[in-house]
Amino acid sequence: MTPMLKTVADTMPVADAAPVQIQVRGVEKTFAVGAQKIVALQNIDLDIRKGEFVCLLGPSGCGKSTLLNAVAGFQPPTKGTVTVDGRSITEPGPDRGMVFQEYALFPWMTVAQNVAFGLEIKGMSKAAIAEKVEWLLQKLHLQDFRNRFPKDLSGGMRQRVAIARVLALDSPILLMDEPFGALDALTRRTLQDELLRIWEEVGKTILFVTHSIEESIYLADRIIVMTYRPGTIKRDVAVDMPRPRDGSAPEFNRLKRELSQMVMEEQQRFSQDEIRSVTAD
Amino acid sequence: MSQAKSHFSPAAVLRGSLVPVLVIALWQILSTSGLINPVVLPSPVQVVVRWWAYLLPTEAYDPAQSSWILWALSGEMLFDAWSSLYRVVLGFAVGAGLALPLGLAMGGNPRIYALFDPLMQVLRPIPPIAYIPLAILWFGLGNAPAVFLIAIGAFFPVLMNTIAGVRHVDGIYLRAARNLGAGKLTMFVRVILPAATPYILAGARIGIGTAFIVVIVSEMIAVNSGLGFRILEAREFMWSDKIIAGMFTIGLLGLAIDIGMNRLNNHLLRWHRGLEN
Repeated sequence: MTPMLKTVADTMPVADAAPVQIQVRGVEKTFAVGAQKIVALQNIDLDIRKGEFVCLLGPSGCGKSTLLNAVAGFQPPTKGTVTVDGRSITEPGPDRGMVFQEYALFPWMTVAQNVAFGLEIKGMSKAAIAEKVEWLLQKLHLQDFRNRFPKDLSGGMRQRVAIARVLALDSPILLMDEPFGALDALTRRTLQDELLRIWEEVGKTILFVTHSIEESIYLADRIIVMTYRPGTIKRDVAVDMPRPRDGSAPEFNRLKRELSQMVMEEQQRFSQDEIRSVTAD
Repeated sequence: MSQAKSHFSPAAVLRGSLVPVLVIALWQILSTSGLINPVVLPSPVQVVVRWWAYLLPTEAYDPAQSSWILWALSGEMLFDAWSSLYRVVLGFAVGAGLALPLGLAMGGNPRIYALFDPLMQVLRPIPPIAYIPLAILWFGLGNAPAVFLIAIGAFFPVLMNTIAGVRHVDGIYLRAARNLGAGKLTMFVRVILPAATPYILAGARIGIGTAFIVVIVSEMIAVNSGLGFRILEAREFMWSDKIIAGMFTIGLLGLAIDIGMNRLNNHLLRWHRGLEN
């Protein structure tokens, strides 16, 4: 093992001082597709500390989104438990704000109304909502778009609104499901930087799903590499490079090479599976 | 912009009016040549004269009786058009007002759906016009049976589309709303209902179209006012010019209702992707 590829147990990053916030124990998730039983997740044990930025990395079908959905409470696991701050997760809630790849903004609400929606549900006063929405719009550079409908926004702007909408909840945990996957490279980098800035400012725990190796190295404290079917944790890699990280730095590239190799092994199993399923028809 | 321009350019107007002008000219020639009995087909000029007379007040202006504006609006046609419009709007409001909550309940709750669906499937294929004898038997003559028939005409399109609209709400909105902490009521009022609006409005447009057909028919049978009544009355006097003038007015009213619905649609769906142009 190279010095760059330390497991979490080997290192003592700052976050180690913080208590464990998300605890995943023995999680298994199976789906029935026709007569076939697919094991999406198997034997997942994972501890995420308060304030940590953790990326789930792997090819399509490795169960990273399934794991995220289990933490979100959308799809309870078949076996095992997910606890957040000691409470068992059975349903979605505003303590775990979710940002979806397809934005999931309400198209009939303006930008400001989308951001305010969660606060209205909480039953905050109108004045308090207005103040908080204004603050969030400023923070995400959306103030000139407050009365626009989502259809009139670019993908990057839509994702800013989605981030503002979950930040409004003041949830201690942010769950992000390939949030920048559909954006062009420049917009993606801008939003990554803004996410890091906000994360450093407000100190949230972030669980971030991606299939981009570079993105995971650029953002995360820890990268969890997952295997393809059954979805297990292949490797738990600590990234202790100072931010902002330089994509051309030798240590960045060394890590990228190592992670690529791991992900490609799983990608090949995914491709073989696809070819098998086509020839079986 | 460019489309709007070409739409109103002199060349386009000329091209668009070519066929109507030819048809009217042919019609004028046929009816003045003596080939066709003017009682069967009055000339277009005669129809326009009659239409104008139908529009104008029947009595001379008397300042002691009423204000100028009331007098100007006292013509037979405006009264007829108003009667028909009033019935369409009232009947549609009753029909859609019943269909909307039932459709939301049926679309949102499988048990309620299972309870009501068989009855709806049996009643839906019955054309509203088939209810005419029953409507007269129950409500006699006048506005009541007309409104009843129109309400039935509007009910089913709105119901079916509301059910479909609720069922087709994209799951991603429900997941996002649940994640934001929305309870059942909030989910329904703030998410499911607006998400279903495009479907519901499409149903409302079909419903008001049906209501407009039914109002003319029911006025021919059950009421003594309105545009449908007037053209049937004109037939008894062999006033073919007035029949055609009345038909033309019915067309104008239908167009006005359609434009109104379109405006409402565009306003309520200003957020919708389909209306970007």
